[in-house]
Amino acid sequence: MIRELHKKLIEKKITAVELAEKYFSEIEKRDKGISAYLTLTKKIALEQAKKVDAKIKKGEEIDLLAGIPIAIKDNFCVKGERATAASKILENYIAPYDATVVSKLKKNDAVILGKTNLDEFAMGASTENSAFQKTKNPIDEKRVPGGSSGGSAAAVASGMAVGALGSDTGGSIRQPASFCGVVGLKPTYGRVSRYGIMAMASSFDQVGPFARTVEDAAIIFSRIAGRDKKDATSAKSGGKFYEDYLTGDIEGLTIGVPDEYFSDDLDEEIKEVAWAALGKFKKLGAKVKKIKIPHSEFALPIYYILVPSEVSSNMARFDGIRYGLSVDDKKNSKIGGGKLLETYLDTREKGFGDEVKRRIMLGTYALSAGYYDAYYKKAQKVRNLLKQDFEKAFKEVDLIFSPTAPEVAFKFDEKTNDPLKMYLSDMYTVTANLVGVPAISFPIGNIMKSKKELPVGGQLMGKWFDEETLLNAAHSFEVN
Amino acid sequence: MKLDKQEIEHIASLARIGLSKKEIENNQGDLSSILDYFEKLKKVKTDKVEEIRHITGVTNVYRDDKVVKCEESERQQILKNAPEISDNQFKVKSVL
Repeated sequence: MIRELHKKLIEKKITAVELAEKYFSEIEKRDKGISAYLTLTKKIALEQAKKVDAKIKKGEEIDLLAGIPIAIKDNFCVKGERATAASKILENYIAPYDATVVSKLKKNDAVILGKTNLDEFAMGASTENSAFQKTKNPIDEKRVPGGSSGGSAAAVASGMAVGALGSDTGGSIRQPASFCGVVGLKPTYGRVSRYGIMAMASSFDQVGPFARTVEDAAIIFSRIAGRDKKDATSAKSGGKFYEDYLTGDIEGLTIGVPDEYFSDDLDEEIKEVAWAALGKFKKLGAKVKKIKIPHSEFALPIYYILVPSEVSSNMARFDGIRYGLSVDDKKNSKIGGGKLLETYLDTREKGFGDEVKRRIMLGTYALSAGYYDAYYKKAQKVRNLLKQDFEKAFKEVDLIFSPTAPEVAFKFDEKTNDPLKMYLSDMYTVTANLVGVPAISFPIGNIMKSKKELPVGGQLMGKWFDEETLLNAAHSFEVN
Repeated sequence: MKLDKQEIEHIASLARIGLSKKEIENNQGDLSSILDYFEKLKKVKTDKVEEIRHITGVTNVYRDDKVVKCEESERQQILKNAPEISDNQFKVKSVL
């Protein structure tokens, strides 16, 4: 889609301003029903679009992303615009700087349409935890778009943006991509700068694109990847244009299928779609091989100790002093203390939603005196063992395949009380964040539910820093 | 194993969140579940295993110890977000 739009722009069949206005009018039509956007950034969008049109007029070369309308998840900072993280505690916060990935998009003259809805501080898997609004799945408005990047996924799926950025800590790009029938990529940890993204779990968070096609995702990804001085955890980037690696040929590629991911507990309909996808990969020349991930049963326990621990540390900055909500109800707390303590207690009580409070409490407990060694340190060791499982597996295979989620988009308030489903649902996506590998979700089929065709996403995990192989495999599946 | 009210109140105090009575009750159940998860990890032998630090092995990234000034517009925007300022400084309530 990006290439076609780029062609139209340079052939002057449409101006960047017209393209931006077309998307804003689409948003006006559809977003009343979907509620994907929290804030629209018309002023900067049109400024950027005008810049692009001026360059085209002068005959200057423009990047593939120039003039392309992109939506940004609201836990990213866009200078001068509201950044709420879908939380009351930041309801009126105006970002004083651009996240590095936002600067990169601006450098390539992309057009930023607005900030999208999410689960508060990216904690959730349905976008229902947003303090402001419920985003609906464009395919069936009685169902969730997934989360936490539900707004970004819904915007792209419904044609209210060409592409979008999201963040992924345990599946927050891939699962909504799967639920909304679009492509979502979580790069290798360290591949994309986290500077200017509100941190959730710093050793897990990664930024990635949503798009309608793998090629579009590759184009956006190439322009946001790269080492950043402002993010000490970011790694070197080869400066590659990943769209150039999409040959569509996967002859001889080996795809691993973990026994643990295809147990008898997995929903039969999803299993069928997944097996059919593997059949297609085989037809395209790939080899499919059974593999084992022995420590996969510990992925969730590790995740539930490490993530809340890191969350509890990252959420400490919201104290009502330098920014955000500041509350003091003037009643002395039972715990006692001076007025400053009162500000902390009241602000955080009023400003944070239930899920955020829950995770802060979990993490504070796990890290508290006497427990750090037993919980956090132990979990980091088992995390190492899980990483070693993947190192061994990647000696035999190039990629690892599974469904992205063991379910299609569920209905609002239909909390999955099935413990087995809950177990498996996170297992497919959290593992990539635990071990740092890149992972992509792409549409592999549909399942009929409530008389609607609901999309099923397939997930491929690749070797560290080998996004080329990953993207090419998903691309080959898509175009053949 | 269920944690008692005092422990929950202690954690809430460490986390600086003024939880309501009902929230404290709810948290008793939630926090106890983490102990179940820990039980699972006890099974794994990790005596000779190192903890993961940076997942892809990046270590000690330094920058020059120099002050980098920020634009006045940026500084003003930062101060605008603050609940209370005085003399271009964040105003903090008394600690004691």
